[in-house]
Amino acid sequence: MRYVKDVALVVRSKNAGPYELTFDLMFPDADIYNEVRNSITAEKIAALYRIDESQVLSIIHFAPAYAVKITIVRPRPSGNLGETDVYGAQQHTPLFELTY
Amino acid sequence: MMSLTELRILSPTAILGYGFPLSSFQAGLDRDPHVIAVDAGSTDPGPYYLGAGKSFTQRSAVKRDLRYLIDAALTRKIPLIIGTAGGSGAKPHVDWNLAIVEEILSELKLTAQLGVIYSDIDRDFLIEELKRGRVESLGPVDDLTEEDILASTHLVAQMGLEPIMQALEDGAEIILAGRAYDPTVFAALPVLKGYDMALALHMGKILECAAIAANPGSGSDCLMGTLTKDSFILEALNPERECTRLSVAAHTLYEKSNPYSLPGPGGGLDLHQTTFEQLPGGRVKVAGTKYVPTEGYFLKLEGASLIGYRTISIAGVRDPIMISQIDEVIARVKERVADNFQELKDYQLHVHCYGKNGVMGLLEPHPVPAHELGLVIEAVASTQEIADTICSFARSTMLHYGYPGRKSTAGNLAFPYSPSDVSAGAVYKFSVYHLLKVDDPKSLFPVKMGRSGL
Repeated sequence: MRYVKDVALVVRSKNAGPYELTFDLMFPDADIYNEVRNSITAEKIAALYRIDESQVLSIIHFAPAYAVKITIVRPRPSGNLGETDVYGAQQHTPLFELTY
Repeated sequence: MMSLTELRILSPTAILGYGFPLSSFQAGLDRDPHVIAVDAGSTDPGPYYLGAGKSFTQRSAVKRDLRYLIDAALTRKIPLIIGTAGGSGAKPHVDWNLAIVEEILSELKLTAQLGVIYSDIDRDFLIEELKRGRVESLGPVDDLTEEDILASTHLVAQMGLEPIMQALEDGAEIILAGRAYDPTVFAALPVLKGYDMALALHMGKILECAAIAANPGSGSDCLMGTLTKDSFILEALNPERECTRLSVAAHTLYEKSNPYSLPGPGGGLDLHQTTFEQLPGGRVKVAGTKYVPTEGYFLKLEGASLIGYRTISIAGVRDPIMISQIDEVIARVKERVADNFQELKDYQLHVHCYGKNGVMGLLEPHPVPAHELGLVIEAVASTQEIADTICSFARSTMLHYGYPGRKSTAGNLAFPYSPSDVSAGAVYKFSVYHLLKVDDPKSLFPVKMGRSGL
């Protein structure tokens, strides 16, 4: 069992519009991308973020950038009361615990 | 019919007002662009700016950028196109930006044919369209209601290519567009000249963030796009950056949920067949993107409404006995505030707890407090006075709260500032984020032409 973060070039989060939060994991080459990508599941994402699996909207494999993109429902629309991160740029660190 | 074998587009900066090195801009001009285009907007800074009718960029920074852009465009007799003027593209934003353009023209002693395109949506019209079933939700958003529409202080729709193409055909030298789908300002001239719409829009999708798509990325540097019949080439204009196959492909993921399918007004881009090819000189060639029209023409609507007024107080906590029971302390303080102001129901009191879960809130997997905590006590209420009152009372209550086992009986909070409380003004929320079906892509975006300057 190894950590995805140790082989990823990029692990980032950002709003995808005011109602969704999207995460990008990018890998250095096709081999690592192919080795890792299928181990990233909605079940694992839901557990890491302590959300229901239904809140994980999509997991998309994007070969041109050797990337896996995960999109979840934002905890609240951007800027609503209780907001902690308007741009959604610092929500990525639980992904450091992803393993493959 | 294409009248040119290639069309060159200069994107000076990711957001008008974010700046650019003059050496990069000059390198772009040296490549003899056919148009300079810049996106001025984003919903990223949150609902306040749309709701309040304010720009999230500073006037002097926008004026600095625009002065170079206007001078270069008019001297070279090429169009300058600005999208989502003023950051959110509602009438006060467009008028704010228009005043800056007019001021610059006057200072440069130049005149220009201006095309101004407003994007505000009339509330009564939208209510009628809602009743006719022409409005759909977009993503994980509740259905739109008449109340949401009426509560919105500003309501805009993202225009497609058509109104901007119209302004170009009408002879505008400077186009100031309200809320516009980001790629449109870059794609309008190419599509008018007969270039492939899919490639033009995809190139615009990348150019709108300027050098963010280069490596190393930057939101305040230029990017050049060269469009031909069947591909486009991206080039960074600063020798310290280059476009790489990976930096450009990676940018396709940025701030969107599905990189294979990028929806826009009237149709979307399909990237399943897209290829990214590295060229010498830090350039990347992109080809193969397809345009897929939607059944019916849909515009994205955006609206924001006022929810109250905010007051905040910032304070640190260092005492480990207090930190070990911080959640309890916050809960007791909230109870004490509610008990003291029983007649005031119309407020929200929230304490952000940095050092524990201030950044991620409920998503935080490790809400374990650090050796010191930064608290932001936040009150939002129907008036600024109530918000001030609630925040002040919560702050003084927490300062002197006698939690179990307390030894530091002189005070619980370390304030960096006097005064400790800051009245932060109006608070907005996104109230409309939906799709509107229209018959005519141009009817909601009238183009106003006029001579300006001198």
